[in-house]
Amino acid sequence: MLSRLWNLFRRKRLDTELDIELGHHLELLEAEHREHGLSPHEARLAARRDFGALAQVQEAYRDQRGIPMLETLWRDIRFGVRSMWRTPVVTLTVIATMAVGIGANTAVFSVIDGVLLKPLPYPESDRLITVAHAAPGIVLSDSADVGSSLFLYFTEREQNRTLEGVGLVGMATATVTGQGEPEQVRRLYVTDDVLPLLRIEPQLGRYFSPTDDAPGSPNTAVLTYGYWQRHFGGDPAVIGRNLTMDGESAEIIGVMPQEFSVVGFGAQPDVISPSRFNRTQVTVGGYFRRSVARLKPGVTLEQASADIRRLIPVAIDGFPLGPGTTRQQVESARLTPALRPLKQDVVGNAGSVLWVLMGTIAMVLLIACANVANLILVRTEGRRQELSIRAALGAGWGRIARELLTESAVLGLAGGILGVGFAYVALRVLLAMAPANLPRAEEIGIDSTVLLFTLGLSIFSGLLFGAIPVIRYARPKLIAALHASGRLSSTSRERLRARSVLVVVQVAMALMLLISAGLMIRTFREMSNVNPGFARPGEVQTVALSITEASVRDPEAALQRQKEILDRLAAVPGVRSVAYTNAVPMGGGFTADLLVIEGRAFDERNPPKGRQFRFISPGLFGTLGIPMVAGRDLDWTDLYERRPVVLISQNLARQEWGSADAALGKRLRGASTADQWREIVGVVGDVRDWGLSRPLTEIVYVPVMAEGIFNTPTFLMRYVTYVVRSTRAASPSFIDEIRQSIWAVDPNLPLINLRTMGDFVDDSLATTSFALVMLGIAGAMALLLGLLGIYGVVSYAVAQRTREVGVRIAMGAQIGEVRRLFLRQGLVLTGVGVVLGLAGAAAVTRSMTALLFGVSPLDPITYAAVSLVLVVAALLATYLPSRRATRIDPIEALRSE
Amino acid sequence: MPKEVLQGTLDLMVLRTLETMGPQHGFGLAKRILQVSEGILDLNQGTLYPALLRLEQRGWIKSRWGVSDNNRKAKFYELTARGRRQVARETESWEQTVLLMERFLREPAIGQK
Repeated sequence: MLSRLWNLFRRKRLDTELDIELGHHLELLEAEHREHGLSPHEARLAARRDFGALAQVQEAYRDQRGIPMLETLWRDIRFGVRSMWRTPVVTLTVIATMAVGIGANTAVFSVIDGVLLKPLPYPESDRLITVAHAAPGIVLSDSADVGSSLFLYFTEREQNRTLEGVGLVGMATATVTGQGEPEQVRRLYVTDDVLPLLRIEPQLGRYFSPTDDAPGSPNTAVLTYGYWQRHFGGDPAVIGRNLTMDGESAEIIGVMPQEFSVVGFGAQPDVISPSRFNRTQVTVGGYFRRSVARLKPGVTLEQASADIRRLIPVAIDGFPLGPGTTRQQVESARLTPALRPLKQDVVGNAGSVLWVLMGTIAMVLLIACANVANLILVRTEGRRQELSIRAALGAGWGRIARELLTESAVLGLAGGILGVGFAYVALRVLLAMAPANLPRAEEIGIDSTVLLFTLGLSIFSGLLFGAIPVIRYARPKLIAALHASGRLSSTSRERLRARSVLVVVQVAMALMLLISAGLMIRTFREMSNVNPGFARPGEVQTVALSITEASVRDPEAALQRQKEILDRLAAVPGVRSVAYTNAVPMGGGFTADLLVIEGRAFDERNPPKGRQFRFISPGLFGTLGIPMVAGRDLDWTDLYERRPVVLISQNLARQEWGSADAALGKRLRGASTADQWREIVGVVGDVRDWGLSRPLTEIVYVPVMAEGIFNTPTFLMRYVTYVVRSTRAASPSFIDEIRQSIWAVDPNLPLINLRTMGDFVDDSLATTSFALVMLGIAGAMALLLGLLGIYGVVSYAVAQRTREVGVRIAMGAQIGEVRRLFLRQGLVLTGVGVVLGLAGAAAVTRSMTALLFGVSPLDPITYAAVSLVLVVAALLATYLPSRRATRIDPIEALRSE
Repeated sequence: MPKEVLQGTLDLMVLRTLETMGPQHGFGLAKRILQVSEGILDLNQGTLYPALLRLEQRGWIKSRWGVSDNNRKAKFYELTARGRRQVARETESWEQTVLLMERFLREPAIGQK
């Protein structure tokens, strides 16, 4: 078999050799006959007779030698290519159409492959999980997932039976000094088990040992490959050198390999540090830590879940309760295991958008195939004579069908090759427009899996649109009839019907896509109209910074510095007001705690609820434009005297006390801290903290500096975001002035996230606008293709019925009548397509529900409006060729036949 | 007179001829086979060539290019060790078949003397 394969490549040479051999034989035969007295001519004839039919021998030899099927295929391909060049316009149109359709699908598929399908970049990544927990007893936001916590982590790590390793990870920023300009780096915190359980070997040096991870031991660091290259020039002697981060010196003990990447944090870290948690200070509480673990071989997720479930009460018993927390509170949270595969955790909800996108683009390809099928049908009609001859010569239907299909497959393949080029461009555009929080974006690319997909799709599309002319012209019955009669008979009506069916399908699919796009338009408008709770976000510039303990240790002094920065910012020309907070609305910040209200008894049935806590400076609400509903704002005296005061959001006031005014003067505090009772001095308007489409959040606003929070006697929130209202927001000169003002106070302060509040609002619209743009493009393409299809069919009908029209006009038919004849035809096609499309849309839009907001997937207004647009457009497409019908000269028409 | 023979029988003829005559080219083989068959077989000589290729693919003969008696480039075929074993095997098998058929065909039919 192998030798046969090999022979395919040596065909020419082997053919020559055979000719020599056979020639030699014939010569000798000739010679023999001449010896017997025949003339040279007769001798040659006799030799030929003895030998037998030369052609048959050669063919039998070749069959024995090669793989007949492949050789026939190759011959069919060559033949097909030649025939395609005879109709270059059709061929090029087909290839171009296919290139766009296949290219778009390839681009979307590479996104889906990189985000959803590819395994995570670690060995045996399907065994990696996250050990998350759910606390259905704490009502927090729309999910009850609270991640992990230190008390859970230590217990699980020490006493589990089903995991090879479990660790915690977290990402933060740090300032590296001592290497020229101070630089902001991304710092990944890991417990010592994390890097080993990922099973990636260090490029240089080693990972953290349990000693390195113990509090109080000398600080160590592992560099990532990129950082090592950028800042140490890839120097192998970097091990043992020191790196100063946030004022602390750390010894570099290792370097990660180049292929190492972290998933789920949106950006890659530069440096990795040990977490160095102090086990002796751990109390029950403090959630939302991220964990990574690896299942032991052969262990299932269910078994691991059962193991963790067993350990939860052990963990609760194993550590002291935090001050102010009771055993009852913890139990009412009802902690349960919520283990998930790590990939699922990372990918999150990206799947819904992406699969909708894939469905959309696949539909566009189908529509394109329908268009192409129409073109090929017309072309095949033109080859009627050729096919008749072939059938008459004895070609079976299988042979003809095979040839037609091979041609189409080659066309599809050619389109696919061009499509890959188109996909490169399309992918760049797609990624540029994609929401910034697309997970695993760095893993998206056109790799071998994607190319294989393209290959398969090209051939499949080719066979799909190639099947249509085969069904029309190369069915067994038809070929047999052809063989008998010698003429390819298909009535023009039959031909018209085939094309009409294709057009109806196109119109239906175009309608489905346009309806989806219409629904997204409405979603976008609904979401844009939602009041986020703060005013004119485009005018509010934000800048985040952190006055670390290393730079200013004393909290009071740090507060002073914060105020100093605030005063300087207020002095910048054009600034109307400034304030700061630890997390701006929609900024993604998340600080939560259980809320305990004075005078309320909490028990199993009525547990304390988790609420967002925000740390603020005076003036925040005025700056952001959040209305003051009752009471007063904080002032600086409150902070300096550390008065126990808070403000709350209006929905919280209504929930607990019925109205904003009733809440004033009441007292509350956080549950898991040594906090004191705080008095509510003001109630403010609600904000949509989680995004425009999410429900309103209940928020407690606490002064930036307060006593007793988080077990700290005098607590100051050091990582804060300044909000600056000015009409000059976002202009480069303004931003520069802001930077200068801050650096006038502390030149070493790295500044992050210089965005406007408007940017944050746009982010929350990002997924919607992305889906909208994609569906809009697809819908527009589909509409165009569909209209082209209608135009084509009606034109064809006009051409077919030229004679009939001529007769009618000659018999006195009015122009309007003739026009109506064809208009009706076009309308019927459109009508059927619309009906089918409406049904299809109703079935399919259900899968889009996750993306929609404020509009139902069966929204009648959208359906009606879109259908109307399509019908009107289709009328136009029908009208143009109909007009041509009216200009038919009856004499010409009757003459030509 | 058969102009074509069963594939297997032609193969065996070729192998046997190569065994008795040593290396041959196509023409020589054809001539010898026709000689031996003494006119019973009327062979289309060209059919030898696909057969030779098949035998070569099975590893029973091997070929090389050489120069023939009349100073022409020609391809010569000869038996391999495996081919030799195959001849012996097939000869035995044929002889058995012949013996068996003889018995059946010589046996008087019912109602015949």
